[in-house]
Amino acid sequence: MLVEYLPILIFLGIAAGMALAAIGASYVVARQRPDSEKVSAYECGFDAFGDARRQFDVRFYLVAILFIIFDLEIAFLFPWAISLGQIGMFGFWSMIVFLAVLTVGFVYEWKKGALEWE
Amino acid sequence: MASLWQGYLWPGLIIVAQIVAIILPLLGAVAYLTYAERKVLAAMQLRKGPNVVGPFGLLQPLADGLKLLNKETILPSGANPIVFVAAPMLTFVLSLVAWAVIPFDAGVVLADINVGILYLFAISSLGVYGIIMAGWASNSKYPFLGALRSAAQMVSYEVAIGFVIITVLLCVGSLNLSAIVKAQETVWFCVPLLPMFVIFFISALAETNRAPFDLPEAEAELVAGYNVEYSSMTFALFFLGEYANMILMSAMTALLFLGGWLPPIGIPPFTWIPGPLWFAAKVAFVLFLFLWVRATFPRYRYDQLMRLGWKVFLPFSLLWVVVTAGVLVAFDWTPK
Repeated sequence: MLVEYLPILIFLGIAAGMALAAIGASYVVARQRPDSEKVSAYECGFDAFGDARRQFDVRFYLVAILFIIFDLEIAFLFPWAISLGQIGMFGFWSMIVFLAVLTVGFVYEWKKGALEWE
Repeated sequence: MASLWQGYLWPGLIIVAQIVAIILPLLGAVAYLTYAERKVLAAMQLRKGPNVVGPFGLLQPLADGLKLLNKETILPSGANPIVFVAAPMLTFVLSLVAWAVIPFDAGVVLADINVGILYLFAISSLGVYGIIMAGWASNSKYPFLGALRSAAQMVSYEVAIGFVIITVLLCVGSLNLSAIVKAQETVWFCVPLLPMFVIFFISALAETNRAPFDLPEAEAELVAGYNVEYSSMTFALFFLGEYANMILMSAMTALLFLGGWLPPIGIPPFTWIPGPLWFAAKVAFVLFLFLWVRATFPRYRYDQLMRLGWKVFLPFSLLWVVVTAGVLVAFDWTPK
């Protein structure tokens, strides 16, 4: 059972090795000559105005929260979709009720304007 | 000694050989996808495209790769060096390991795990990390904004992709990718689930940050988004990872909707052509669609992009999940 995943683990190792080798090779092959102008952050030729890690729009955060809700919903749907033939009408309607509750929440978010980008 | 050889080393060597047999053609496909992209775009714009390096410009991808290798690797002074270098590596590694579960023909798969589609879904979700790490670690404004946009866009469309996968699973009753292909022997899922096929393809464009959804890299406003500060092999790894992801999404489209390695009709002369060739042809077709879309459509605005994802695709695909399940249950067509 678990041995089926062994090739994936080896694959992971080989891929990571290739990525390391590629970056290492560029250090070996190419001439490295950094200077303070070259390694400064790119901002269209100006010196950078302020720090890059500053406030950003709260809507990105809202999107992340909405994503968690719906991705969890999908995680619940996976086993349900696989076993729909075995769980009968009760299983089917249980999930429909669950989806209906989520849809109510989704409509609320929509009306509240959480999905608006100007 | 003999048991060590028989029990561990020999099977291990076979696995390594299989992995190499996946990675090398994949990297070749990535290299020539970049070439094909430039040639197709050129043809659609009545230009010639690359035609100097080698016959028909066929050595152009190699020349590009060597050029990148010869460039200096720049670590910006404000950057967090470990995360900065780890980000392209992560993108590259994830785009490769996903191929471990892709079946190229009946039984021709490296790891035939029973949760194959779940594994693919998980790996493609992890792809966001490479971009957000790059954007944050660069400590520069354009990469930061590009990474934010990209992360929000990818998670938005991932929801739609999740629902599309659920509708396919409803018709299959298994998470194994080979089983998904075998369930399409009578009819490919792109016929009964046509709307979901279209949604999946468009979401795949958004998920791989391709035109018309290439806002994270919108050169007119963000220069190049999250890979502004990258150079040399760190940039090359991002580039390879992105194109390998495009091929991966095309392979997923082929497996979920276009019958994987199955011929269109199960009769000669179609059955004379081996399965992997059918699979490759379908992947190439979907990739051509990617390029065609890029040549045809202007870039979306960000609010249009989010509206399409949350207000059109999400409700529609959710509705379609319910309709599909309802039809399957009502007519007792659920897979046994």
